[in-house]
Amino acid sequence: MCLAIPAKVIGVEGKTATVTIEDVEYTASLLLLDDVKPGDFIMLHAGFAIEKVDPLEAAETLQLLLDMERNRPD
Amino acid sequence: MKYVDEYRKKELILSVAEKLRTVSKKEIVLMEVCGGHTMAIHRFGLNSLLPPNIHLISGPGCPVCVSSQHFIDKAMAYSKIPDVIITTYGDLIRVPGSTTSLEKERAAGNDIRIIYSVLESLEIAKDNPGKNIIFLGIGFETTAPATAAAIIRAKQEKISNFFVLSAHKVMPPVMKALVEEGVKIDGFIAPGHVTAITGTTIYNELASDYGLGVVVTGFEPADIMQAIIMLVIQIESGKQQVEIQYQRVVHKEGNKIAQKLLNEVFVAGDDRWRGLGIIAESGLKIREEFYSFDAENNFAVEIPESTEPKGCICGQILRGLKTPADCSLFIKRCTPTDPVGACMVSGEGTCATYFKYRS
Repeated sequence: MCLAIPAKVIGVEGKTATVTIEDVEYTASLLLLDDVKPGDFIMLHAGFAIEKVDPLEAAETLQLLLDMERNRPD
Repeated sequence: MKYVDEYRKKELILSVAEKLRTVSKKEIVLMEVCGGHTMAIHRFGLNSLLPPNIHLISGPGCPVCVSSQHFIDKAMAYSKIPDVIITTYGDLIRVPGSTTSLEKERAAGNDIRIIYSVLESLEIAKDNPGKNIIFLGIGFETTAPATAAAIIRAKQEKISNFFVLSAHKVMPPVMKALVEEGVKIDGFIAPGHVTAITGTTIYNELASDYGLGVVVTGFEPADIMQAIIMLVIQIESGKQQVEIQYQRVVHKEGNKIAQKLLNEVFVAGDDRWRGLGIIAESGLKIREEFYSFDAENNFAVEIPESTEPKGCICGQILRGLKTPADCSLFIKRCTPTDPVGACMVSGEGTCATYFKYRS
């Protein structure tokens, strides 16, 4: 139930955002999150945006994982 | 899907698994606390990629599963009050109570509605001024701030027919209780979305006083494998601490807005968990200032003594002591279509997960 899905913000009106997950539109309440803009990715949980996805941190984690792949012995 | 697909690539996961085999030597037991992690581990077959000395056990992080029989029976009693509309997240309505389930009560004509967001309850309340709407508040720190936000909005908008039956719970006391009870755990794969709200300080004691590894983990297979490597490195080197693997979503300090709402509306109190009994300070109770929205303070119901389903070992499974395979009812009498216990009802319940992905 603590499941949250990354969703792309396409519009913001007051404390409500319109977001998309694989081209399907959902509404996300912004009562728990400030400074959300179109283009941001948020984690959507039970109709609420609970946190933003940080693109720089995401790239860093992925790089760590890719390094493991690159250093894999043949 | 962005931020999902890149963490699911087979080659990537296999190479992380290979790295794991090179760093792992000790026999290690890790508990994945969150039902979402249990589901991902089985869905992606991660157990089969682990060296034989690493053991994963499932924990008490499925809100539907840990909701006590008493709570389910109370919800049922509320649903029978005239002019009451019950609103709830999906899975809960199928949990068998002592004598019936919300699903059966709904079939009998009681007004029980499944909602996606707690805010829908407010709309239902506005549309039905002659009725009382009781929202069944379940979930951990991830979900409880939404309930808090709804209660505050109800107060601002002077909605007087919206009430919450809170069974919201917090994670740290139950994690400590399991360790104190003697469940053998070397480290926790800690819940990513709970921690997105709370921040990481809630786990400090587990590392400093109990010597356990704690890694806050995302929900994709590469996330989980990476977290296992981080835990193994901590434990092999004797440097147990709190770390974040899920850096793209979780910050050390958590979500301050959500924390403020939680503290404004709720206060910690003792709470009852299925299979674990009453755990001190493990529940979120509605503060006195918001009693006009607390279902328990506004509706009196008589509840007969609750009884757990006979033969169901859900409680021991939630404590990581047994697996569904140890249960005599599993598959034979208890299935997702006809569940006996709560762990088979929720999609992220350990029994439902084992059933779905059994080989």
